[in-house]
Order: sequence, then C-alpha cells, then structure tokens
Amino acid sequence: MNKRGWIFLIPAAVFGLLAAGFYAGLGIDPNVLPSPLIDHPAPRFALPPLQGEAQGFSSADLKGHVSLVNAFASWCAPCRAEHPVLNALAHTGRVPTFGIDYKDKEELARAWIAELGNPYTRIGADDGRVGIDWGVYGVPETFIVDKDGRIRYKHVGPLTEADVERTIMPLVARLER
Amino acid sequence: MIRALLSALALVAALAPAPAHAVRPDEMLADPGLEARAREVGRELRCLVCRNQSIDDSDADLAHDLRVLVRERIKGGDSNDQVVAYVRSRYGDFVLLRPPFELGTLLLWGGPLLILLLGGVAIARFYRARDDVAAPPLSAEERRRLAAVLGEGTER
Repeated sequence: MNKRGWIFLIPAAVFGLLAAGFYAGLGIDPNVLPSPLIDHPAPRFALPPLQGEAQGFSSADLKGHVSLVNAFASWCAPCRAEHPVLNALAHTGRVPTFGIDYKDKEELARAWIAELGNPYTRIGADDGRVGIDWGVYGVPETFIVDKDGRIRYKHVGPLTEADVERTIMPLVARLER
Repeated sequence: MIRALLSALALVAALAPAPAHAVRPDEMLADPGLEARAREVGRELRCLVCRNQSIDDSDADLAHDLRVLVRERIKGGDSNDQVVAYVRSRYGDFVLLRPPFELGTLLLWGGPLLILLLGGVAIARFYRARDDVAAPPLSAEERRRLAAVLGEGTER
C-alpha cells in the first residue's frame, strides 16, 4: 500500500457516519414537532365553560402554581386511551390539571366526562382558536406550565403511565422548588 | 388527423388537474386584493396535519382554521409578514414551506454549494497531482536496454 492508502478509508468512514446518523434517526418520532413556545409565557385566553358547568378556563387559572394543561376531544381515540392516566394523575393531587376541549361538540364532551370521569380542575371549550395559540396540531397534547405561567414542556400524543412517572412527575417536582 | 390530435390535446389540457385549492367559497374575503394576499400567505404555510401540503391545498380541519385565521388577521390590518410571523411563533419553523435563510439553516441552503466546492477542489487537486509527477530518470540498466532496442532498429 502506498502513502495514499488512507484514501480507501474515506468510503468506510462515510458509511460509518451515515449509519450512525440513520441509527440515531430511528429514535425520532416524525410526528412530534418541537414547539417554539417552550420557555415562553402561555398565551392569554379565556375559554367558556362546557354547558352546565359554572367555570371556564382562562390564563388567570395558571398563575401561582405548576399546572398541567391537556388538549383533548371526545372524537379523539388516543384521548380515550390517555384518560385513565390523567384520572390517576389527578387522583394523586400532585398537580392541578386543566382541560382544553378542542373543537368538540359540547354534549359529546359532557357525555365523555360523565362516562370516563373528570380529571380536570377546569375545562374550557375551544372552537380551535385557542388551540392554535398553544400550537396544538393534533389532540391529545399536554403542556406543563410553571408558577410564572411559562410553558416548560410539551408532550404530543397520549400520555402513558411511564411518561407520567419518568417525565411529568420529576418535572413538576423540579418546577415546584 | 392533425386536427383530431390537436383537439385531443386541448381536451387533455382542459381536464388536467388544476392546483388543488381547498379554499372554500365561504372562507374567501370579499375584497379580491385582500383575498389574493391571503392566498400568498396560505401558499407559504404548511398544513401540520398533512405535512406536505400548504394550508391552501389541504382539506384538514386545522388548515381550514388557519385559513380563516390568516384572513381575519389580514382584514385586521396585518401585513403578510406579520401573519406568517404569528403562525411561526405558534408552530415553529416547520410551518414554513420555504425554510428561512439564517444561521440555523446555513448548512441546509449552503450544503449543495459546499459539496460543489469540495468536489471541485478534489478534482483540481487530482489533476494537478497527476500532472506534477515527472517521469523518473532511466536507470543504467534501462538505458542499456533502450540502446539495445534502438540499435536493433538501425541494424536492419
């Protein structure tokens, strides 16, 4: 082999880099988009209550404590899968949970809550506009908002018990300090 | 014959799929100037449900909501850039169908140029190296053999 023998290592090195890149890419869910709202104040909004409920949900409800905000809809199947996890989370009383009922029919939303239980401290009915303000592009989506009303975390898709245990709870504990 | 062919072509042209506009008549603004601006903005914004369609081309619910929002903002006096900036502030760079030219996207825009430059440099170096290699002088043995061969030629 002559002095330029190293040149034959280039294709092998390029292959190695590409393989490493593709392997890392396997772990990326293309449906999850990074939110530009992280570490920014939550949008100001005031949502009306579901019919028959006394109170809606507005940005004022997020002040002074860590909160979990969950966008859901009765027409959304993954939300049904997620609901028991939210119920369990609410049952622990660790963090107040707020619901944005996204582009839903009110009577269906009420039937949904009656059937599956209500994990939410407050629910606001949204025609879609507040959802856009929060950067919602598909329900369910879940946000963690800190004491100062800043969005600190966004989860796209249904929450699982593992998500709550590994991500949500530690984050809430950290933000409460 | 030619006339038949031409009319067949005209028919094909007439039936060719027009750009798939999902904009519904009830969404449109009454002022054609403002509506044209809304179309300009809509073409630039990605529908986050279908991903590779603009909100003007998509029938998704979210695309409809965004089209209405774009029109409300334009009617309210926002410039096109302000409308795009608002949607971008909610959904991030991914919502822009044309990525902006900035520090974070430098590699994206400059990548092809960079590869072209690197390839050009590599090719230039390759040819220069090839030209630079001077033939080594003949050794004594080679000179003797050359003389023998040439001598053979003259003898005949």
